[in-house]
Amino acid sequence: MTRFLIRRLLSAALTLFAVSVLSFLMFFALPRDPVSGMCPKNCNPERLERVRQELGLRDPLISQYAGYMKGIVTGRDLGSAQGGRCDAPCLGWSYVSNEAVSDTIARVLPVTLSIVIPAAILWLLLGVGLGMLSALRRGSWLDRAAIGFSLTGASLQLYFVGAVLLIVFVYNLRLLPVPSYTSLFDNPVKWSSGLVLAWVALAFLFSAIYARLSRAQMLETLSEDFVRTARAKGLAKRAVYGRHALRAAITPVVTIAGLDVGGALGGTVITETTFGLNGMGRTAVDAVRAGDLPTIMATVLIAAVFVVLANVVVDLLYAVIDPRVRLG
Amino acid sequence: MSLSPVEGVALAEIESPGDGDERREKEFVGRSPGQLAAARLRRDRTALVSGALLVFFVLVALAVPLIEALYGVGPKEQFQGRLDGYGMPLGYAGGVTGEHWFGLEPGLGRDIFIRMVHGLRTSLFIAFAAAVLTAVIGVTLGTLAGYLGGWLDTVINWITDLTLAMPFLIIALALMPTVALRFYGQREAVPAYFQIGVLIAIFALFGWTSTARLVRGQIIALREREFVEAARASGAGLGHMLFRQLLPNVWAPILVAFSLAVPQYITSEAALSFIGVGLTDETPSFGRMIYRSLDYLQTDPAYVFFPGITIFALVFAFNLFGDALRDALDPKSSR
Repeated sequence: MTRFLIRRLLSAALTLFAVSVLSFLMFFALPRDPVSGMCPKNCNPERLERVRQELGLRDPLISQYAGYMKGIVTGRDLGSAQGGRCDAPCLGWSYVSNEAVSDTIARVLPVTLSIVIPAAILWLLLGVGLGMLSALRRGSWLDRAAIGFSLTGASLQLYFVGAVLLIVFVYNLRLLPVPSYTSLFDNPVKWSSGLVLAWVALAFLFSAIYARLSRAQMLETLSEDFVRTARAKGLAKRAVYGRHALRAAITPVVTIAGLDVGGALGGTVITETTFGLNGMGRTAVDAVRAGDLPTIMATVLIAAVFVVLANVVVDLLYAVIDPRVRLG
Repeated sequence: MSLSPVEGVALAEIESPGDGDERREKEFVGRSPGQLAAARLRRDRTALVSGALLVFFVLVALAVPLIEALYGVGPKEQFQGRLDGYGMPLGYAGGVTGEHWFGLEPGLGRDIFIRMVHGLRTSLFIAFAAAVLTAVIGVTLGTLAGYLGGWLDTVINWITDLTLAMPFLIIALALMPTVALRFYGQREAVPAYFQIGVLIAIFALFGWTSTARLVRGQIIALREREFVEAARASGAGLGHMLFRQLLPNVWAPILVAFSLAVPQYITSEAALSFIGVGLTDETPSFGRMIYRSLDYLQTDPAYVFFPGITIFALVFAFNLFGDALRDALDPKSSR
């Protein structure tokens, strides 16, 4: 198990390294002039030149990259124009918002976490539960309703669902306030009433996909020999479905869930835009619009870390669910 | 169609004089897997309805100049006279009239119907082009990786893992303006065809890996089969092995992957335009329209419904058709 874990973590680190190099090249080396976006309209050549110096754009690419990575691990000194000393997870300085990028991230990351974590719990429970139930009651009205639900949900767009939810619950029925973010620790009621539409919209669309996937997996598992053997042994239905079939059917669902949750944690751009919430996704979009390279770089890196970590967690879960993985 | 023996006998008795031999021939007509699938598809009512809807959408997209001439309104024309003092369209449901079928945009007063027809064309063009590119790249690399194995397989697998780890939306988001900056200056207008080209390229860049992985798996399963071994033993070259022996056996999953990739690209394009990095306001697109409509949810709720429902219908039809296609091509499948 330890060897498995070490090997898995090493390959995750390698992937992260590749992502960081690729995105670094993409954002700092590809544009004709990376600085032009970081300078507001009243920009004179001297200021441009100073910004270039401060960012170290005159240095060779490798030392630029090394400096950036060193900043993340140990922190570094960015010079007085960029807020001086920048502590350990140093992601650089944003000329657009005039603050350290890590401060921006600390402000917007909780928003995305507050959207995604409750929504993910909702969609996993709802989607997997519905899928399993409809597989067990194949052909019933429940099954047919679940199929219809998942077919429709898989073709709906979040911005459209979100807009309809807003029109109905906020503007017509006036049951909910216009979505906004309040910290959970300040006011849990306001936190949930401000985000509940985002949870519902996300959970609705994702649970449609999960219902479909887990139904198909469960149906496939139920037709396998070991399930028949378990039934023939005289095991109770509950033990057969709950312990034998579920374990086999759930593995692919866990994979997809890892990818989805990891991806969503890096920023739910569309949800945030639809509901006007300022999380990681929105920050990334605004940074792209403003040409704010350090912020873009940071959001991409953090998103990649979430995806890679989620994949590691998935593999560990695999090892728990399926003992063969540990030996393989 | 009943196959009861009684009816068969009755038919045989009625038709028996003269053409008995012909009938026997018909009964034992051999059908290729493709013909079988086509027959299954024709019997599937969902496939027929969704297929008809798709044909309709494609025809509308192809006939854009004709529709524009008949409708008599261009996508950039503004009808400020039909808006009230606050820029809201006069009349019901966002200004729906005989002249403006889906009403007018609040603010600019452009006709929603003709903009949607144009948006449909752009959307379908991008999606089909990206799907074709994805299929070509993915099939080529997947076949090579699966058949040759070795370092090529390792490299392609690793690239696939890497693209899965990259957050697509954010990378695309960051890549669009960077690429545009590379070719056009900060304040230059980026032409629509360039944006469309970059979108297609980004979709292909990120999309080919899933096709490659699918094809690779299929090829590996086929690689050790006797007929492949026989062909290799008779000295077949690489090209013959790939295109004559292996690919004809995996076209079914490729076709299904293609038909399900198209709606995925439609939604991705709309999503990118929605967050403001795909197409700009110059080019009519569903994503852009829905984004603009968010400001008017309270005052003009009809605005969001026309593009919203159309894109739902489009994607729904593609998904249903793709599923039906899968069922028709794979007799064992049970969704």
